[in-house]
Amino acid sequence: MPATSQRVYVGASARVPEGGRLVVDVGDTTIGIFRFQGQLYAYLNTCAHQGGPVCQGKIIPRVTEVIDPGGESRGFAFDESSLHIVCPWHGFEYDIKTGVHPGRPSARLIRVAVDETSEGVYVTF
Amino acid sequence: MSKVELTNGTASATEHKVQQITTRTDSREILANARRDIARYHLDDYFIVDVDAHHVEFDSWSEILDHLENPVLRHNAKSMTQNWPNAKQLAFSNHPVGMTFQDVFGRIPHQCELGEHVDKTDEHRDLTLVRRAMDSMGIKMQIVFPQPMLEMGLHPEPDIVTAMTFAYNRWFTKTILPREKRVKTLLCLPFHDPDACMKMIQEFGETPGVVGFMITSQRHAGVHKNMYMRVYKELEERGLPLAFHAGPTWGDTMTSTMNRFLGVHSMSFVTCNMTHMTNWIVNGLPERLPKLKVIWIESGLAWVPFMMQRLDHEYLMRQSDAPLLKRLPSEYIREMYFTTQPLEVTIPHMLEATFKAVNAETQLMYSSDWPHWDFDVPSRIAGIPFLSEQAKRNILGETARKLFHL
Repeated sequence: MPATSQRVYVGASARVPEGGRLVVDVGDTTIGIFRFQGQLYAYLNTCAHQGGPVCQGKIIPRVTEVIDPGGESRGFAFDESSLHIVCPWHGFEYDIKTGVHPGRPSARLIRVAVDETSEGVYVTF
Repeated sequence: MSKVELTNGTASATEHKVQQITTRTDSREILANARRDIARYHLDDYFIVDVDAHHVEFDSWSEILDHLENPVLRHNAKSMTQNWPNAKQLAFSNHPVGMTFQDVFGRIPHQCELGEHVDKTDEHRDLTLVRRAMDSMGIKMQIVFPQPMLEMGLHPEPDIVTAMTFAYNRWFTKTILPREKRVKTLLCLPFHDPDACMKMIQEFGETPGVVGFMITSQRHAGVHKNMYMRVYKELEERGLPLAFHAGPTWGDTMTSTMNRFLGVHSMSFVTCNMTHMTNWIVNGLPERLPKLKVIWIESGLAWVPFMMQRLDHEYLMRQSDAPLLKRLPSEYIREMYFTTQPLEVTIPHMLEATFKAVNAETQLMYSSDWPHWDFDVPSRIAGIPFLSEQAKRNILGETARKLFHL
């Protein structure tokens, strides 16, 4: 990464669809930009686990388990309010909004600043 | 790759050529970040030997069946491939296609299939894939194992196991091994049949690239039984190591209580090797086979300190149960060899204690287990802060070079 930060145009807004991603290269750096519930989020394409290409993984809602009032399990469910990016190397999952693994807060992606204007999407890093 | 836009004349963003990694993505793209680590950790300066990796013999299944010696079995297997749509790549195997949970349901695509494009040449596709993975991770030599064939240790029909093990080993040593000196193997033994094991060792014991033999996924045989002693002695006399490559099952009494693959995979690999190590130690096999090198593969390391402490504790109170032992069980275990993967690293001080317990500097060997879902890249070892430079070199390859005479 460059020593000083730079703001780089990455494309028109439509290139980052709702619930989707755009992965771009800026020099030697690969960045994933995601849009969820109208907001943009961007991370370096390096998993906190073994450095895998996390931004190129599967995007899927968080899986939860339904427990009834009696404490009994009623099986799995998708939590559509929480979208995950999954590293394709080993399956580490991160909340796209926070970049944090749901079971280990210290396992987190490296965030990249992202903004959007009428011209499109920019990252600053 | 399409250029998006230049900015300020200083930096530009281009759309990355692969937006999402799938079962069709090139291994070199999947492992691009591992290639980056070669420079970061100076891995080119190391002689890296990967002691446990896998090729995917599904695509070669028909060729393998052609090597079945018995014409009736060959007919039966080929007939199954022709008439059963789901058995084209698996006839006579013990691989349950409906129970393939390893990829976490599409989250880890390379576990399912390396379905990337490979130009059709005289080169075998599997060899191209193996080379792509090795080069991407900076690996100089790789000990390559099969995948569904590893499940033969739990196959219910012994005659099929023997026939298929010979067929696969003959196919592999003829089709893959002679074409790449960087590829080595530890060949599967049809362990239920000592006569067949002896025949296997005699047929392949001097084959270039065969650096030893292994027992795979077998978990219901007492490895200490007298009938196996001639097999072990044959390996000892030839100076060939014996590896135990663990394999899981959801069908044991213990794992059958489990409802999640996470639980099965966590426990079942390890208990496979724990069982064999227990019998190996308490029956005094290290004393009876002092020169036989034993390797424990694909169970990680966290189980080993437990075994050392537990067996030592019990042995001191029940020495008469293990009269052949002249030392503590842990002392024999420290002279055995282990592979690293899957390396349990979440509690650093316990990892460091484990490395000390197993004499990692001389007994531990790096393994990737690529292309399995819990594979480890070489930087897993290179990045461990408490290891000396020499320890890293030994674990990443020098110990394997010495053990296998590479």
